[in-house]
Amino acid sequence: MNALAPSRSQLEQPRHTGRGKRSSPMSWRWGDRLALAFAWIAGVGLCVIAAAIVIYMGVRGIQYLRPNLLASRPAVGTSQSETGGFLDPLLGTALLTLIGIMLAIPLAVASALWVSEYGRPSWVARVVESSIEIVAGTPDIVIALFGLAIFQLHLFAPFSFTASGGGVFGRSFIAAGSMMSLIALPPLFTATRDGLQAVPAHMREAAYALGKTRIATIRRVLLPSVRSNIATGVTLGVSRIIGDTAIVVLLLGESLRLESEGSVPVIGLLRGTGSTLTSYVYDNSPAGEGAAPQKAYAAAFVLLAFVLALNLIVDRIGRSQADATGLTAAGAIV
Amino acid sequence: MLRRLRDPWPDHRAELTLGAVSLLLAVLVVAMLVFVAVHAWPTFQHNGLSWLGGGGNLETQIANMQTTGQHAPASAYKLSAWPFIYGTLLSTAVAVVLGLAVAVLSSIFIVELAPSRLRRIAIPVIRVLASVPSVIYGLIGVLVLVPFVGNHLITGGEKSSVQNVVELTGAGLLVTVAILTVMITPIMVALICEAFVSVPNSWREGAIALGVNPVRAMLAVTVRAARPAIVAAVVLATARALGEAIMISMVSGSRSFVPKPVDGLIFFFEPLRTLASAIVDYHEGVGAPALSSTLYALALLLLFSAFALSIAGYLIKLPLRRFQVRG
Repeated sequence: MNALAPSRSQLEQPRHTGRGKRSSPMSWRWGDRLALAFAWIAGVGLCVIAAAIVIYMGVRGIQYLRPNLLASRPAVGTSQSETGGFLDPLLGTALLTLIGIMLAIPLAVASALWVSEYGRPSWVARVVESSIEIVAGTPDIVIALFGLAIFQLHLFAPFSFTASGGGVFGRSFIAAGSMMSLIALPPLFTATRDGLQAVPAHMREAAYALGKTRIATIRRVLLPSVRSNIATGVTLGVSRIIGDTAIVVLLLGESLRLESEGSVPVIGLLRGTGSTLTSYVYDNSPAGEGAAPQKAYAAAFVLLAFVLALNLIVDRIGRSQADATGLTAAGAIV
Repeated sequence: MLRRLRDPWPDHRAELTLGAVSLLLAVLVVAMLVFVAVHAWPTFQHNGLSWLGGGGNLETQIANMQTTGQHAPASAYKLSAWPFIYGTLLSTAVAVVLGLAVAVLSSIFIVELAPSRLRRIAIPVIRVLASVPSVIYGLIGVLVLVPFVGNHLITGGEKSSVQNVVELTGAGLLVTVAILTVMITPIMVALICEAFVSVPNSWREGAIALGVNPVRAMLAVTVRAARPAIVAAVVLATARALGEAIMISMVSGSRSFVPKPVDGLIFFFEPLRTLASAIVDYHEGVGAPALSSTLYALALLLLFSAFALSIAGYLIKLPLRRFQVRG
């Protein structure tokens, strides 16, 4: 055997012990050892804080949540047994989320389609993308004040209650719902646009080769294939709407129950005021009128449960998308 | 005409319709700026630039606005907004600096140091932290942390030493900054982890091959290469911290006070108020023109700082562009 050629035993791979031998921290410099310690503390600490928050809210929620709280309406009262449950805030959350997402979906999907499929002239596309980024970066309290400014115009008087002196109240489910759609818009737009850009070019080209117009390919080929991206975006938007408090506090009128405005059945409800889970928690905490921390804990537990469930749904959709279509998020064939 | 709508649309019409819907969004953003500026104008007209300055008791100025009601004389518009601006700057700056340190270290932990089982748990857990609504953070703050600080961390002597000026209830700078840091760190961790993962492995392995230990290799190579993403994460986190209204309104003590570092340890327990939490606290007074104009002026200041933040982030990333990871 040639002395220079490696022998058979040397060619065998060394046994893998995980990532191979690492230098022991005992031989490092002090600064690096401190960094190692702090990195572990930071990482584990964040996980511990997250677990602590969820577990604490869970404990308090189980302690204070009674099923009758979910079914009974809130009332004004002096003692805990008289103030009722939070059915109206639950309904308010559901209604507000519905309005917000119904307004956001057409706006976001249409803009995402235009930006990724048409997008000429290109400066207009950049303007549209920048404005969505600006909306995403605006604090929700500023969006709420903007909503107040708009809906207190006399032009929008039919959307809320008008006082006898002529002043438009400006606070109603429609007002809050429209501003909530601005909150849900950026995640939905981003998810849809990323999904559209991930669709491989050969799918579009096949449709064009068969003689389809661009709008027909959008309708028959592209939209069905980004269904799960839109679903992810909708779920993200819904979880942002559910968790938002500032817009509700400013734009929903903070009445304990759902108060309809006028006698027309559905329109009256939309023009009226109410409350949601978030404003209910805020009002019952020591920061609001606050004598009812137990109710606040119960409502907060329900809120957190919803948000965590929505998070799980987003995870599921992401995983099933990768499995079902055989495409990874980058569009490559698995 | 209905037949025209039912037939397949020509591309031209579809493009114009979709484009109009997209432009609607841009128009909305411009409208937002215009409306807020128009409503804020009376305050600046009566105050000028001294509005940003200090001096004057904020609480009496706002009470004055609320009592003069519908027909406010020019003197009712007077306000010195510096306590709000200072509170915002202080809480945001400290929270972002702390959060950045924790986020970079946690990202190093997740990407490099964690055993794979711990890493699989840590990623969803931190995502949960990012999606908790701010009112729940505020609730835990006001019902757990504030009594803890008020009863166990602030001594009776400290409370009585300042009782003529301000009441130390535990709600103040310390709890605000602590919760704000916990709120913005997950945002930064998500972005920074993504950036760390996209740096080519061979760069870090080259450092290790030269004998550098893993932690120092991460710091010297990966963190340096991910600087544009770290800047983006800081911009995003600062925007979130600036706009946080509800949580701060619950735990910051609701007194328009200017915490002074010369007060020593008491500095951490002093109450404060930020721009956003002031809007939430006084939102019922939006019927009185003077107070309404003031609130819109605060919102305008917040809008400008959000704009300035994105521009600053863009400018900071410009010289870093040549270090951008390619592919």
